Amino acid sequence: MKRRGLALTIYALAAYLFLHLPLLILAAFSFNQSRFTVWQGFSMHWYHAALEDSQLMEASWNSLIIATVATVASTIIGTLCAYGLWKRSSPVLAGSLYLSLVTPEIVTGISLLAFYQWIFRFLRVQLGMHTVILAHTAFSIAYVVVIVIARLRTMDGQLEEAALDLGANEWQAFRHVTLPVILPGVIAAALLAFTVSFDDYVITSLVAGVNSETLPMVIYAIARRGVNPVVNAISALIVVGFGSLILLSERLRTT
Amino acid sequence: MKRLRAWFLAPSWTVMLTLFLAPLVIVCAYSFLTRGVYGGISPPWTLESYQRLADPIYLAILWRSFWVAGISTILCLLLGFPLALFVSRSGKRKNLYLSLVILPFWTSFLVRTYAWMFLLRDTGLVNTALQKLGLIHDPLPLLYNNGAVVLGLVYGYLPFMVLPLYATLERLDPNLLEAAADLGARPWVTLTRVVVPLCAPGIRAGTILVFIPCLGAYLTPDLLGGGKSVMIGNLIQNQFTNARDWPFGSAISLTLMVIVMALLMTFIRRDQEALL
Repeated sequence: MKRRGLALTIYALAAYLFLHLPLLILAAFSFNQSRFTVWQGFSMHWYHAALEDSQLMEASWNSLIIATVATVASTIIGTLCAYGLWKRSSPVLAGSLYLSLVTPEIVTGISLLAFYQWIFRFLRVQLGMHTVILAHTAFSIAYVVVIVIARLRTMDGQLEEAALDLGANEWQAFRHVTLPVILPGVIAAALLAFTVSFDDYVITSLVAGVNSETLPMVIYAIARRGVNPVVNAISALIVVGFGSLILLSERLRTT
Repeated sequence: MKRLRAWFLAPSWTVMLTLFLAPLVIVCAYSFLTRGVYGGISPPWTLESYQRLADPIYLAILWRSFWVAGISTILCLLLGFPLALFVSRSGKRKNLYLSLVILPFWTSFLVRTYAWMFLLRDTGLVNTALQKLGLIHDPLPLLYNNGAVVLGLVYGYLPFMVLPLYATLERLDPNLLEAAADLGARPWVTLTRVVVPLCAPGIRAGTILVFIPCLGAYLTPDLLGGGKSVMIGNLIQNQFTNARDWPFGSAISLTLMVIVMALLMTFIRRDQEALL
């Protein structure tokens, strides 16, 4: 039994290396002086190059705006939805939310594209930031609902009843009793929605217009041509940024 | 009371109806229409797009998608089970070890796929290292094949397998293991005859959670397969961009949706409690 335990530990170590090493190596080589895969000394060169690349910076700015607006919208809509569903279930709405979670991204993307093109027959609009923001809001809601409803289920329903008994109206009870209790869950959901939105390539690339290129779209375009140390630098920044957001979100979700 | 609840649900209803369900209905309608002269769609209504799916070229792509997703799922199960077992037996440090499994999953999927391009390409770290060590002379063709796609998918979706496995292992009554040992079962026998059967719901959940995204994968086969290992997702994307055959692209999308929903239905019917 003891030896099996050791074997399992060694296996787990290997598995963790498999999970983490690729990103660590990528991050390490973003500090490499050379553009080749041979270590030639420490350098911040690629970070400077990334920050000076106007296309990358413009795309990062677009991504930030899109992710921020979509996060705010989906967090508000998703939280209200989770609260409504917690009060009384609605199998059709819950079902379509779950369906939106499991629908392959490519299908979500092309169906949105087809939908937009159909709408544009009647309206004089084109693909752009607004279509991306709407798409991101739509696919983030389900994530928010799942996290917030989990938080609501751990809450004592009698708290709200007490507030109502003491003369609060329903909105006041939600605003002053329930919302403060579930707030950590709401913030965790927002952080998650932000990362999901910021990272999305498949749906975004289909519904983006000429002036709404996002960071993942630029990275993707470069990556398809091969490996580029500037992308290593940007990737390292994304990993660190996302990692801290998620750690924060996990901490909030479990408090 | 009821009216306020309606207001809470109204925004999400609006968004889901207009930006999720309506688009699916449109795709459904498009799949029965004919391709327009300049792309787009036009009447008459027809089943032609679905009939074209029976073409051997497309059947081969469907078959490859199932095959790649299947292999990736099996590998995730084989690699994920011992890892979940390890986490569930880690006592106080359980949460830390579990977070270490989940953490890479939440760092950009695109970046993680790119990391494998960085490692596997001809002048990548693996080939460079092997050449320096004198083990190989010419770089091995590690990137742009089915193997690289499977590797990328396993790497990407392993956490989806470990989480449900861990959840069932966690609930396993340790007395059962002791009982098995007391009755003379060796560790291996206990594992295969007691632990694995009791984990069946977790295995089913993990399998479905990994298989569905793998089947619809687009990014991984495109970047790591390099156009040589096209899967359903890439076929759909191509119909909507280069090929400009929206009805056919819609028909494939709908077929994929039906497969995904059928898989989910069989799963939900068996393990209702696992989802709720």
